Amino acid sequence: MNDVRIITGNEAAALAVKLAKPGVIAAYPITPQTSLAEKLSEYVEKGELKSEYVRVESEHSSLTVCISASTVGARVFTATSSNGLLYMHEQLHWAAGSRLPVVMCCVNRGVGAPWSIFNDQQDSFSQRDTGWIQIYCRDNQEILDTIIQAYRIAEEVYIPVMVCYDGFILSHTMMPVEIPDSGLIEEFLPPYRPHTILSPDDPKTINPVFFPTRRENSEGILCDGYMEMRYKLQAAFEKSGEVIRNASREWAEITGRDHGGLIWEYMTEDAELILTGMGSIATEATLAADALRDEGIRAGVVGIRAYRPFPKEEVAQAFKKATAIAVFEKCISYGYEGGVCSDLKAAFYGTDIKAPIHDYIAGLGGRDVKTGEIVDAARATLETVGSGDTGNKTIWLNCYKGI
Amino acid sequence: MAMYEIIWHGRGGQGVVLAAQILAEAAYIQGFRGVTSAPTFGPERRGAPLTASTRISDGPVRTFSQIASADIAVILDESLLETATGTGRIKKNGLVIVNTTLTPEQIGGDGSFSVATVDAAGIAREHHLSMSGVPVVNTPLLGALSMASGLVSLENIEKGIRKKMPRSKAAFNFQAIRTAFERTLYVKNKKQPETQEMSEDGKH
Repeated sequence: MNDVRIITGNEAAALAVKLAKPGVIAAYPITPQTSLAEKLSEYVEKGELKSEYVRVESEHSSLTVCISASTVGARVFTATSSNGLLYMHEQLHWAAGSRLPVVMCCVNRGVGAPWSIFNDQQDSFSQRDTGWIQIYCRDNQEILDTIIQAYRIAEEVYIPVMVCYDGFILSHTMMPVEIPDSGLIEEFLPPYRPHTILSPDDPKTINPVFFPTRRENSEGILCDGYMEMRYKLQAAFEKSGEVIRNASREWAEITGRDHGGLIWEYMTEDAELILTGMGSIATEATLAADALRDEGIRAGVVGIRAYRPFPKEEVAQAFKKATAIAVFEKCISYGYEGGVCSDLKAAFYGTDIKAPIHDYIAGLGGRDVKTGEIVDAARATLETVGSGDTGNKTIWLNCYKGI
Repeated sequence: MAMYEIIWHGRGGQGVVLAAQILAEAAYIQGFRGVTSAPTFGPERRGAPLTASTRISDGPVRTFSQIASADIAVILDESLLETATGTGRIKKNGLVIVNTTLTPEQIGGDGSFSVATVDAAGIAREHHLSMSGVPVVNTPLLGALSMASGLVSLENIEKGIRKKMPRSKAAFNFQAIRTAFERTLYVKNKKQPETQEMSEDGKH
């Protein structure tokens, strides 16, 4: 009999981490931390999870502990949100630059100022260029499954992975989640084979100052310069798409649950109008697509699961037949537009996709986004086709803008 | 696919969140494959009005936005009746369940929804079900919900409760739930016609 429990996103995440058995967990326990870190400390306290749980004094330190532990060969985990993630900013670059397979959860929340404890995705979006893989989850089952996959991905390509899920909307909502058998986890995610790069038996300095040019080391071997190191990270990202797809496919083979690789699609086959987004708003958009189809509009949804690496080939394929595109996103690059929208346009450049794209900035700081609002917005986007008003637009959904 | 949206109205400390969770557990056991329960998002204060919600559906629930208009509203504190049943808060032909000593006729309403009443506080006192001296009304109201809505059986409410509390405590609660089930007064509203728009195209 399957072990199905009705749990929050945070508990689903904690159970996944327990199954992945990291040797070291570090967390800063104060707001904006969530019950995820609390659950993990409970498991460790009860002896259900044999991990070294390091309680630190800041998020900067929690990621530093993970970086250090990973450097000496431990599988590691940390979690944060909002300004906590921003405080990690320097170390996010450090983890990625060191090519450490760190896995972290970002429980998505708005960032201050002004303070918000509520959901949007500006926190992880603003850390897009730190060299981490980012995967966004659409429900609690996907959170659990993605964390297991994240270790497999991180340890194959040596890029840290951030598993992102919407604060409160998923983190605090209970829904049925199937907990995989630990034997099945061992099959998919074998015990961590340390990629130890620092050990008392072989003392060395890592990540010293790199010079602009390639240089010979003391043994006369020509070594990479800074730029080669950066190139190798980018090259690993280019390979990572295939690794994410494979992890997803193999997981589906053993569990029957396929969340998609880099993207997922809902009724897109004949869709003229495509709605897209990341995380729970894309789930809500599937209901909007149903409602639009009831009106006779052929609507579908593309969910962006991996934001980095960005699925450029997949989206160019998935949006091929769209005559109108409505993006719903909970983040913005101030002075331009939402990040998903920009990246989609870049991916469409040079293709035959000429559909107008409306970028709906929605749900910032926990503003509720209802199915009906998504329906109305997407319909309005479709109505501009052939109206002469076919320019791309950024529209703030359900936001009072004054007179 | 039918989906039922239930809002629990109470005050901080009355256990609306736990009630919403128990109903989700019970509904899942009943065979509904899609259930969610969620608290009010944000900080909670003892005594302040707050809500929690349960969604129950045959298939996976794909909406996480706040419930605008409920199929069922369960009101733990009578003083919240007006807030809970204000314009548009209850769906046409929905159901309102109130913890009160009044009868459904006395509660009244605008006729667009059915009303069930039960003296959950009195029943809790009878069964010595209290927390910090305050009668526990959330679990008895699950019995009233089972009776008035028929959505989830009493037996499955009991099973749901066992998932959320130790066996002895669950058994203690269940006596009060059973009593509440038996004493719930239920008056069905006269079926309201669907709205113009809905009857024209036959869609919800």
